[in-house]
Amino acid sequence: MAEAYSSLIRAQLRSQLSYRTSFLLNCLAQMLAQANDLLVIVVLFGRVASLGGFGVQEVLLVYALSGIAFGLADMVVGNVEQLPQYIRTGRFDVVLMRPMGSLAQLCASDFQLRRLGRVVTALGVLVYVLSISDIHWTPITLLLLVITPVAGAVIFGSIFIASNSLSFWLIDGRELANTVTYGGNYFTSYPVTVFSGWLRVFLAYVIGGAFVSYYPALALLGRADPLGGPDWLRFSAPVVALLAALAAGTVWRFAIRHYRGTGS
Amino acid sequence: MCALIGCYLRIALAGFRRYATYRQAALAGTATNVVFGLIKISILSAVYAAQGGGSVGGYDLTMTITYVWLGQGLLSVVQFWGDADLDTRIRTGDVVIDLTRPWNLGMALLAEDLGRAAFASLARFVPPLAIGALLFPFRWPTDPAVLAFFALSALLAVVISQGIRFLLSLSTFWLLDPRGVSGLYRVGGATLAGLEIPLNYFPSWAQTALWFTPFPGMMQSPIDVFVQHGSAAALLAHQALWAVLLTVAGQVVLRRAVHKVVVQGG
Repeated sequence: MAEAYSSLIRAQLRSQLSYRTSFLLNCLAQMLAQANDLLVIVVLFGRVASLGGFGVQEVLLVYALSGIAFGLADMVVGNVEQLPQYIRTGRFDVVLMRPMGSLAQLCASDFQLRRLGRVVTALGVLVYVLSISDIHWTPITLLLLVITPVAGAVIFGSIFIASNSLSFWLIDGRELANTVTYGGNYFTSYPVTVFSGWLRVFLAYVIGGAFVSYYPALALLGRADPLGGPDWLRFSAPVVALLAALAAGTVWRFAIRHYRGTGS
Repeated sequence: MCALIGCYLRIALAGFRRYATYRQAALAGTATNVVFGLIKISILSAVYAAQGGGSVGGYDLTMTITYVWLGQGLLSVVQFWGDADLDTRIRTGDVVIDLTRPWNLGMALLAEDLGRAAFASLARFVPPLAIGALLFPFRWPTDPAVLAFFALSALLAVVISQGIRFLLSLSTFWLLDPRGVSGLYRVGGATLAGLEIPLNYFPSWAQTALWFTPFPGMMQSPIDVFVQHGSAAALLAHQALWAVLLTVAGQVVLRRAVHKVVVQGG
């Protein structure tokens, strides 16, 4: 089974890498897309010394963790966004007939390596911020640094899958999904303290955005949560990621059971 | 001549109708614009909270919030990320059919885009603005004449945006695959136009450089006209200059591109 997926992905990589210039330009566009948000943060900090009670290095750490997590999720499961095309053209029925998982097929059959560009920019910022920040390194913080991007990617991946499942019912489900996928990336690039009211409750806790970058960053920086959350919350991202993945899996299976095709 | 103008009017009407078919998509798109607007307002408000009110680059908090809602509405009217119809038609050669029709291709596409923008002004511009005006501190112009200047400025913004998208599409004649170039424009164009943060937040050297380009004319200018920041006459003159330059450039490049076209087969 694993062989089938790996050959699908290898075929994708071969075809994408055969147009070298086009691939590099696309990669560059992804790198710049991530740098765009960086530019905004830098310009804002040219005007003030703190945002939501956090300094420029701290905000850049939050931004970098969010960018890596989003970039990885976008690369691996971002293709669920193509679901409306699969449904409209009937290709999804073909996917369902094959003896392989529908979601895994969808992701493996259009794996986009160029999205690594986002991760490259964010990783560069992370390395820079860590080198100038005063972080107390212990085995725990090191482990946290490795686990955070993975947990964050799982949370974003779950958001991608659950929200794009809307496309099974709504023609414009993808557009609505953008509010929590790309909107979620926008939100998690800043400390949660910048936001307030139901917007914060929804994006930080209902869809789990706070656990992608904000709480792990607090733990890395050794800061208590200014919002008064308990200290263990800062280490809870892996648990949240697991719950998010279970929830997304349930939503996807529910959606598949109710899928009736578009007719002949 | 009259017949030709009538033709362009009908193309504009067709552009309006084409997009008016997708009302549900307009609704979903508006929802997304509103959520992004709320996130943007939170971030920009944090700037004012950090410095204890006052103004940043000549914008106070109310002007900044008004800027956000105008921007979220104008985004779909100005349309930074167009469809790749013309690119595909140039690559496949179908553009030959467009070129043999008794019209000017650049003008026909502009007419269609103005029709699209007219529908977007109703369906995509008004809703975020209504939400902003009803639920948030909002800066209405102090003089009704400003609304007329704003409408003119928004119209010029569409002409500039269409001019740039037309030139990017025409690059297909030479590049065959314009996705690299248009990808870069997709990423940077809107930010340089002032979508993410007001351009007056930028350091002054960057602002000076940006106002030498057409970018501010697509978003920052209409918003500045509305919130009455700077001289409306100067903003409109800058836009008009670029609208003319880009339209002329589009015609010149189109003429050179046509010389390259070889129609094969019989």
